[in-house]
Amino acid sequence: MEGGGILPDFEPKILAFACNWCSYAGADLAGVSRIQYPPNMSIIRVMCSGRVDPIFILDALKKGVDGVMVLGCHPGDCHYISGNLMAERKMRWTKELIEKAGCDPRRLKLEWISASEGERFANTAREFTEQIKELGPLQKEDKEKISAELKAASKVVDESRVRVLMGKERELVEEGNVYGDKAAQKDFDALMKGILDDEHTREKILLAAKAEPLSIKEISKRMGMPSQEIGRHVMWLRHKGKIALHGIEGRSPLYKTVEVEV
Amino acid sequence: MKSGQEKVGAVLVVGGGIAGMQSSLDLAESGFKVYLLERSPCIGGVMAQLDKTFPTNDCAMCIMAPKLVATGRHPNIELITNSEIEKLEGEPGSFEVTLAKHPRRVSSEKCTGCGICAQECPVEAINEFNEGLLPRSAVHIDYPQAVPLTFIIDKTVCIGCGICEKMCKANAIEYDQAEEQQKIDVGSIILALGFDEFNPEIKKEYGYGIYPNVVSSIEFERLLSAIGPTGGMVLRPSDYDIPKKIAFIQCVGSRDEQCDKSYCSAVSCMYSIKEAIIAKEHTEGLDCHIFYMDIRTFGKEFEDYYNRAQEEYKIGFTRSRPASLREDPETKNVIISYVENGEPKEEEFDMVVLSVGIDAPKDAITLSERLGIDLNKHNFVSTKKFSPLSTSREGIFVCGAFSSPKDIPDTVAQASGAASKASSIISSERGKLVAKREIIPEKDVRLEGARIGVFVCHCGINIGGVVRVPEVVEYARTLPNVAYAEHNLYTCSQDTQERIKEKVKEHDLNRVIVASCTPRTHEPLFQSTTSEAGLNPYLFEMANIRDQCSWVHMHEPDSATEKAKDLVRMAVAKARLLEPLKKATLDVKRNALVIGGGISGMTAALGFADQGYKAYLIEKTSELGGKVRHLHYAVTEENPQDELFALIKKIENNENIEVFKDAELLSIEGYVGNYKTKISYENLEKEIDHGVVVVATGALEYEPTEYSYGEDRRLVTQLELEKLLAEEKINPKNVVMIQCVGSRGESVSYCSRICCTTAIKNALQIKDQHTDAKIYILYRDIRTYGFMEDYYQKAAEEGVVFVRYDVDSKPKVEITEGNLKVSVKEPNIDEELRLDPDLVVLSVAAIPDPNNEELSKSLKVPLSKDGFFLEAHMKLRPVDFATEGVFLCGSAHSPKFIDESISQAEAVVSRACTILSKDYLEAEGVISIVNSDICSGCETCILVCPFDAIDKDDKKKAKVNELLCKGCGACVAACRAGAIQQRCFTDEQILSVIRSAFQEVEV
Repeated sequence: MEGGGILPDFEPKILAFACNWCSYAGADLAGVSRIQYPPNMSIIRVMCSGRVDPIFILDALKKGVDGVMVLGCHPGDCHYISGNLMAERKMRWTKELIEKAGCDPRRLKLEWISASEGERFANTAREFTEQIKELGPLQKEDKEKISAELKAASKVVDESRVRVLMGKERELVEEGNVYGDKAAQKDFDALMKGILDDEHTREKILLAAKAEPLSIKEISKRMGMPSQEIGRHVMWLRHKGKIALHGIEGRSPLYKTVEVEV
Repeated sequence: MKSGQEKVGAVLVVGGGIAGMQSSLDLAESGFKVYLLERSPCIGGVMAQLDKTFPTNDCAMCIMAPKLVATGRHPNIELITNSEIEKLEGEPGSFEVTLAKHPRRVSSEKCTGCGICAQECPVEAINEFNEGLLPRSAVHIDYPQAVPLTFIIDKTVCIGCGICEKMCKANAIEYDQAEEQQKIDVGSIILALGFDEFNPEIKKEYGYGIYPNVVSSIEFERLLSAIGPTGGMVLRPSDYDIPKKIAFIQCVGSRDEQCDKSYCSAVSCMYSIKEAIIAKEHTEGLDCHIFYMDIRTFGKEFEDYYNRAQEEYKIGFTRSRPASLREDPETKNVIISYVENGEPKEEEFDMVVLSVGIDAPKDAITLSERLGIDLNKHNFVSTKKFSPLSTSREGIFVCGAFSSPKDIPDTVAQASGAASKASSIISSERGKLVAKREIIPEKDVRLEGARIGVFVCHCGINIGGVVRVPEVVEYARTLPNVAYAEHNLYTCSQDTQERIKEKVKEHDLNRVIVASCTPRTHEPLFQSTTSEAGLNPYLFEMANIRDQCSWVHMHEPDSATEKAKDLVRMAVAKARLLEPLKKATLDVKRNALVIGGGISGMTAALGFADQGYKAYLIEKTSELGGKVRHLHYAVTEENPQDELFALIKKIENNENIEVFKDAELLSIEGYVGNYKTKISYENLEKEIDHGVVVVATGALEYEPTEYSYGEDRRLVTQLELEKLLAEEKINPKNVVMIQCVGSRGESVSYCSRICCTTAIKNALQIKDQHTDAKIYILYRDIRTYGFMEDYYQKAAEEGVVFVRYDVDSKPKVEITEGNLKVSVKEPNIDEELRLDPDLVVLSVAAIPDPNNEELSKSLKVPLSKDGFFLEAHMKLRPVDFATEGVFLCGSAHSPKFIDESISQAEAVVSRACTILSKDYLEAEGVISIVNSDICSGCETCILVCPFDAIDKDDKKKAKVNELLCKGCGACVAACRAGAIQQRCFTDEQILSVIRSAFQEVEV
C-alpha cells in the first residue's frame, strides 16, 4: 500500500463521472450558483452512473489520474430505475480491485448528488480534492509497477465470469436467481471475493511470466504467496492455454505466458 | 407381491463402472433389456480416473473408451444416471424397482455435450474427478470422454446466474427439473457398485491433509495422467517442483485393525509398483521407494512385473510399515520413520504416496437394507465360495469389488459371470424386450453417378465461432458431384436427422457427408440416419472439422476455414468412390463344446444348459471333478467334497449336457458359430457340431525335485496333507510348511497365487484336529489377499509361527538318522532356526498342463510365456481369446481359487451367449477381400493377420473368412501382388483422398 504525506505543491488530477440527469445537473447548478471548488477535477458526462465500467476507473488511474469520483442520482431517483444501485455494487468491487493493485481505495469515491444539490456537489469536490491531496500523487516513483498492477486489475474486470457476476449481483441478491432463490449478500460477497482473488492472482502470474519464463517457486517468491497456491493457479492457466511449459531448470519446470494475437 | 406373474426379460445393473458396463454389454448382446443405473452423472467409474493399468501399462482410457461408447449407444441398454434405488418389490424373475432420479438440470435429449456452458460458467468448484487438483465449473462433466455426454448442474455451487441457459444454443438447460421417480420391471438385478477409496486422513500419523507433499495413490494417478491437472508431469504439491525421491507406503487402510480394516486391498501392491514405474518413465532420474509388509503380486504375470520393477527400473523395496511421517518445515520434504531389521531409521523424501486401501462403497449399508441382502463384517456383499456371484437374496447377483477387493480382470470376469447368472433365471424371456431392428429397403445406387449431400455443422459456436461455416458450405457447393450443401446449428440434433432424410429424398442424394466432429463418436449416428434415408450406411463419410480443426486453430479463423474446406474436399473425394457394403451373415450352431471336466468346465457346461443351450463336456480322465476331487477343506465353512458331488449330480442329470469321459480331442475344424470336432471317448469316436469352444483344462501340481521330496513319506505336498487329514491318518506334533516350492523363480517365475492361503487353511485344519500341534510356515511373502487376510490373522492368533526366509537363503531339509531336520535363516535374526518336525509340507507350484501346447495349436490360440493360455486382453477380455468363438476359464488361464474359477466359468457362458443367442452372426462391413486372380499364394497375409482370419482355398489362394476378419487392413498393406483390398478403405479411395488434399478434385 502506498504511503501518505502531504506534498505542499501537489495538485492532483481528478476525474468525475457524473450522470446526465442528477449529478451533471448538480454540477451545472454549482456553476449557475457560482459556488467555487478546486480546479483539479474535470467531469465526464455519462447518461447513468451505471454506465461506468470498472475498467474506466482502473484505466484512468493507470493513465495518471490521482482520484476518481462516480456521481449518480440518489437511490430511488435514477432516471433508469436502478442504474445507480448497480453502480454502487460495481464500485464496491472496484475499490477491492484498486486495493489489490496496491493503491488506496479512497482514491475512488461514489456519491449521490441530485440536480438540486449544487452546493453539495461543490463540497464533495472540495473534500475529495483534499482527500487526494492528503493521499499524494498515485504514481510517485514506482510508476511502472503501479501501472502494471492496475492493468492486471482491469484484466480481472475483463474476465467474463467477473463481468457476469458484477452485472447480475443485484438480481441475484435482491430479486432471485433462476431457481427463484435469493443469494444471501454474505454468500455472494464471499463468492465474488474468492473469484476476484483467484483471477487477480492469475493475472499477476501471467504478468510475471510474460517477460521471462519463471518457476512456480520464483513466481511465489515475487508475489509473496505460497507456492502451493501459485502452483494450483498455474496448472489451471496451463489447462486453459494461457501459460505454457517453457522448459525445466534443475527440478523446476518453467512457465511462460502465452501471447495471444488478437 | 406379484406372485405368479410372468418373468421379465430385463435386468437392472447397479453401478456403471467397468463391471457394470461389462455386465450390461453382455446382457444386451444376449437378448436382454438392460437398465444401467449409476449414482454419479456419468458411467466409467474408478477406471476412468486411472492413468495406466498393470501389468501391461495400457492406457486405461484408451482401452475403456470403446466400451463406454458401446454402452452409451447400445439400443438394448437404457442408461439411468444420477439416480439411485429407492425400493424393491416382487420376486426373482419379476422385480419392481423404484428409482429416485435426481435432477440433472440439463436435458439429456437436447445437450450435445459441446461444453460452451462450462466455459462460460462463472463458478469454480472442487473437481472430484481430478481429486480436487484442478477446479471445474458448476455446470460440468467429469471428463471429456464422459458417457452420457450430457452436462450437469451442480446445484450446491451454482449461483443461478442463468448464463449457461443464455449461452446454450441447443436450449438444453432446464433449471426447473425436479426429483423424479421411475418404476422399472426387471427379472433380476446385478450389483456392481465397486468400492470407495479409504480416506487416509483417518491415519493421523501419516499427516495426510496436513503435509502437502503427502498424497493418496489415486491423487498420484491423476498426477500421472496426461489429461490430469499437471498434464502428466509428476510435480509435488508444495511447490510444483519435480520430485527427486518418492516413497510409496503400502497398506494405508488395509491390513490394519487400528482403522478397522483388517483385510488386504488386493490391488495396491500392483498399482504402487505401476505408479512407481510410470512415474520413473515420466521423470528423469527419479528415485522411487516402496515400503511394504508383504509384496502381493499374485496374479497373471504380476511377479514378472515386480521383478522388472526391481531389476530394470531399480525401484527400491523396504519391508517395513512406517510408524509416522513428519515434515521438514523449510523444504516441505517428508521424513519417514521406520524400523528395518529391528533398527529404527529415518529417510527423507520429496514426496510420499499413500497406497490407500479399498473401502466398501459408502451407500453399501443403505442399499443392502433396501434390497434385503446380507453384507459381511467389512460391509461388502456376503458371498459363498461355490456361489461367488450370488447374494443372500435370490435373483440379486453381485460382481466386482463390491463383493471383495479385486483388480480389473477379476472384476470384468465376475461382471460377465454375474450377467450369465442374472440371465439364466430369465432365459425363457430372451429376446422379448429388446429393440427389434427395422429393415429399411435400400436404394440401389451402383449405376448412378454420385450425388453428394454435404451437411456442415456449427456445433453451437464450437466450429462456427472459428470456422466461417457458410463459406465452407458455399465452397462445398462448387465441388464436383456435390448436389446439395447446407449448414446446421447442430448436425447431430434429432431434428437435423429428420432434415437429412428429407434432403436426401428432395435432392435425390446418394452419398452423405457430415462435416462436424469425430467419426469415433458420431459416425454410427449418421450412418443410421443414412440408412433410414434409404441408403446403404456405408455411403456416408465424415469430415472432422471440430476436434481436428476449429478446436486446435482457435485463433486462426482464416487458416481454420481454409483447412475445413480442405477436409470437406477430401471427404468429397472419398465419398464419390464409396460403394454400398453388405455384411456377411452366417447361421450359428447353438451349442458349446467344453474341454475339461473340472470345477470350471462343469460350471460352464451347467451355465450353458441353464441358458437353454446344449453343452458337450469332455473330460480326459474317467471322472469329473478335476483338482477339487482332492480338496477336503475350504478356508470357509463349505465342504468342497459335498459341493463337488452336488455339482456332478446336477451335470449328470441335466439333459442339456452330454458328458464324455476318458475323452480326447482328435480334431477341430471351423470357426465361430460353426465348429466340427472329432473326439474319441471310451474307445468310441464322435463328431460334434458346435458354435463355441471353451478351454477349461486346469493346471497341474508341480512335482518337487527340491527339499528331498520323495525320500521320506513324512515329506508331503499340501494336497497329500489334505488327504491324510481327511482320512485322519496322521497325528502331527511338529509341522513345518515351506512356501514357494517351485514358484517365484525356481522352476517357474510366477507366483502360484493359492498356496499361501492353502497352507494357512491346512494349518488351521491341523490346529482344529490337533490343538497342541506346533506349526511353522516358512514363507517369502504371505499373499493372503482380500478377505483371506482374516485367516492369516486367525492362524497367527492360534499360534501358527510364520518365519520368513530370503530367496537367496532357502530353508534346508535333511534326513539324519531317520529324523527330519529343517533349518532356516530369518533375515532379521542372526542365528539360524533349527526345527525337528515330524511332518514337512511343501506348498508346490501350480504349473500349466504340458498338453496345452498341442491344444493351443489345434484351436489356433496362443499361450503365455509361462505356458498358460493367453487371453485376448489381460485387462478387459480375461476369458475371451482373440480368435472369436473360443473362450478360456479356470486354472488353464492361470492358477486360481475355486470361487475365481467359478466366476470365470460363468463369465465364459455369458461371453459365449453373445454368440449363441444370435439368430445369425453378422460380420463387420469394413473387411478385406481377395482378388484370387491376382493372388500369388505367398501367404504373407496369413502371417500378418492378427485374427487368423485368412486361410488358403483349394486353389492355394488366400481366402478371407468374413466372420473372423475385423477389418484392420494389415493384409492389404502387406500384399505383394495388390490382390487384397479393404472395403471402404480401398487403395483407390485413399489415394484419391491424398490427391485431393493438395489439389481440386478431378472431375
